[in-house]
Amino acid sequence: MSIGVGEVLQRCREEDRAALVGYLPVGFPDVPGSVDAMVAMVEAGVDIVEVGVPYSDPLMDGPVIAYAADQALRRGVHVADVFTATRAVRDAGAPPLVMSYWNLILRQGPQEFARRLAAAGGAGIITPDLIPDEAGAWIEASDLTGLDRIFLVAPSSTEQRIAAVTQQCRGFVYAVSHMGVTGARTSMGDAASVIVERTRAVTDKPVCVGLGVSNGAQAAEVAAYADGVIVGSALVRCLTEAQDAESGTKALRELVAELAEGVRSGR
Amino acid sequence: MTDLRPQPLARPGRFGPFGGRYVPEALIPALEELDEARHKAMVDPEFLGELERLHRTYTGRPSIITEVPRFAEHAGGARIILKREDLNHTGSHKINNVLAQALLTKRMGKTRVIAETGAGQHGVATATAAALMGLECVIYMGKVDTERQALNVARMRMLGATVVAVPTGSATLKDAINDALRDWVTNVGHTHYILGTVTGPHPFPEMVRDFHRIIGVEARGQVLDVTGRLPDAVIACVGGGSNAMGIFHRFIDDAGVRLVGIEAGGEGVASGRHAARFAASEPGVLHGTFSYLMQDDDGQTLESHSISAGLDYPSVGPEHAFLRDSGRAEYRYATDEQAMSAFQLLCRTEGIIPALESAHALAGAIEVGRELGRDGLLLVNLSGRGDKDMHTAAQYFGLIDDAPAGGAQ
Repeated sequence: MSIGVGEVLQRCREEDRAALVGYLPVGFPDVPGSVDAMVAMVEAGVDIVEVGVPYSDPLMDGPVIAYAADQALRRGVHVADVFTATRAVRDAGAPPLVMSYWNLILRQGPQEFARRLAAAGGAGIITPDLIPDEAGAWIEASDLTGLDRIFLVAPSSTEQRIAAVTQQCRGFVYAVSHMGVTGARTSMGDAASVIVERTRAVTDKPVCVGLGVSNGAQAAEVAAYADGVIVGSALVRCLTEAQDAESGTKALRELVAELAEGVRSGR
Repeated sequence: MTDLRPQPLARPGRFGPFGGRYVPEALIPALEELDEARHKAMVDPEFLGELERLHRTYTGRPSIITEVPRFAEHAGGARIILKREDLNHTGSHKINNVLAQALLTKRMGKTRVIAETGAGQHGVATATAAALMGLECVIYMGKVDTERQALNVARMRMLGATVVAVPTGSATLKDAINDALRDWVTNVGHTHYILGTVTGPHPFPEMVRDFHRIIGVEARGQVLDVTGRLPDAVIACVGGGSNAMGIFHRFIDDAGVRLVGIEAGGEGVASGRHAARFAASEPGVLHGTFSYLMQDDDGQTLESHSISAGLDYPSVGPEHAFLRDSGRAEYRYATDEQAMSAFQLLCRTEGIIPALESAHALAGAIEVGRELGRDGLLLVNLSGRGDKDMHTAAQYFGLIDDAPAGGAQ
């Protein structure tokens, strides 16, 4: 089987650095454009790609990602397009994780979705609105297919819940850096390091931090204590604010290079 | 698609396979805190006494029942009795739930409340409770709805609430809920989300039902007093379904009483422009709960449509889904046209102007009444009054000369 998320994180650990995880939604500016942008991210230094699936009601997302998702849906993106993206990312040499709201997976059937994703080179799924307590069908499907399943812990989580959630994670634990939705923050604050510390107290699994990181300095700050730094809105903004596809890709490559340097300079 | 449903484990917050808690982990501690607080409150004489006092001295409970014989002549001659939730302070049943949740907010030590609203009934009720109890209040409302319900926006602001117009998506109720949830996940430390109907993540469906249960408890006793028997059918409109769960719940164990929910048929189910979830949809997850959901083949939420903003929602409370699948309740729909006709009929025959939502229940009563004939006895929940709908009615019936263009449509 192709290289998984766990192996990438292990390799980064051996290099004494954090991994860089980059998010883009499939279908923005269009399906081929989004796939090209994901491949460009891999070429520019992203270790793991999060392939977002646009959803009509993205309640965990702030304005940048919500806008891109809305545009993608208006331009006719379909859930099946995600498999085109995961195949391309895999061929470019990085493990692709799908980031999807639960109803889109439920609608296809968790087993059917997992089977198709595994066949398309997918490494696993991040489920922002599915807690392990409700995830029986997905846990079963991920065990059958060997896909990683990444659940979230948050600053508000109790110790008991952090333990229960991390126990069901495979690949890594997604630690939400602050209470809120996706989007760049001017400062990362202490909440992120605290939640990572609390998570490490109950698990040896890798912990990656998401929400709010937008530049190399912040990436370096988070890389000092996390196994991976997840960047979404700042990358999406490279595409939403670009005049054309070429300048969008250029801005994306520059930001990825800056972030890749950041995750290598944090320790 | 039964194979996709979660296993019907004996978990709290499930109604058969429906319900659950499909929300980000960040909100789970707040939901657990809320669940604990409401369980404690429901057995605390102090909480129950305060709520009872507010019902009696502020809302105007018990709400009366009114028999409507002139209206009933058009419904096969069956006896029809209305439960008058329209006479509550703020004009609908919504205040029952809001006062109770506002009291809970204070018990949890939170200082800020947020809420979503479609037509504005729930927003006005929440702004009212916040003013009464000294809570900061922010109401999320789709931009389209703020434009067609401008007067209710003014009412909420007059009561001291901040009204946020939500421009994303379809800019209606569903999008207002998305933004309310985004606010909640950001400010959950000091903020309680007063969800306005029997949907959302556990414990909301159960809790909101329990706070409206008083409607059925009162009505059952009142109908027995007046007629000496139980009704043949209890009829209510169903958007999210709070007024219907409120009046249904006390009757669930009365096997001989039919429970009939009326959804919004909009321009007709065949047109696709409707909110008749039970007539044309399959189960899925929206806003934290698993229930019937208008969605496309990919699982993207479809836009619903109804002349009544309060019924214009693509999903429905999970307990209704359970009552429907188990056969205990039956669900029909009334189109915009049928609802407007029933609306006009109640105005002209009884001098009562109902909310457009409640007019759907009246349209259902006309149908069921004709089926049962003269021996039938129907209890209909008149969930709200129609003052807020005069703009829509004026346009629909052409009541105002040179009415300005735009508005309700």
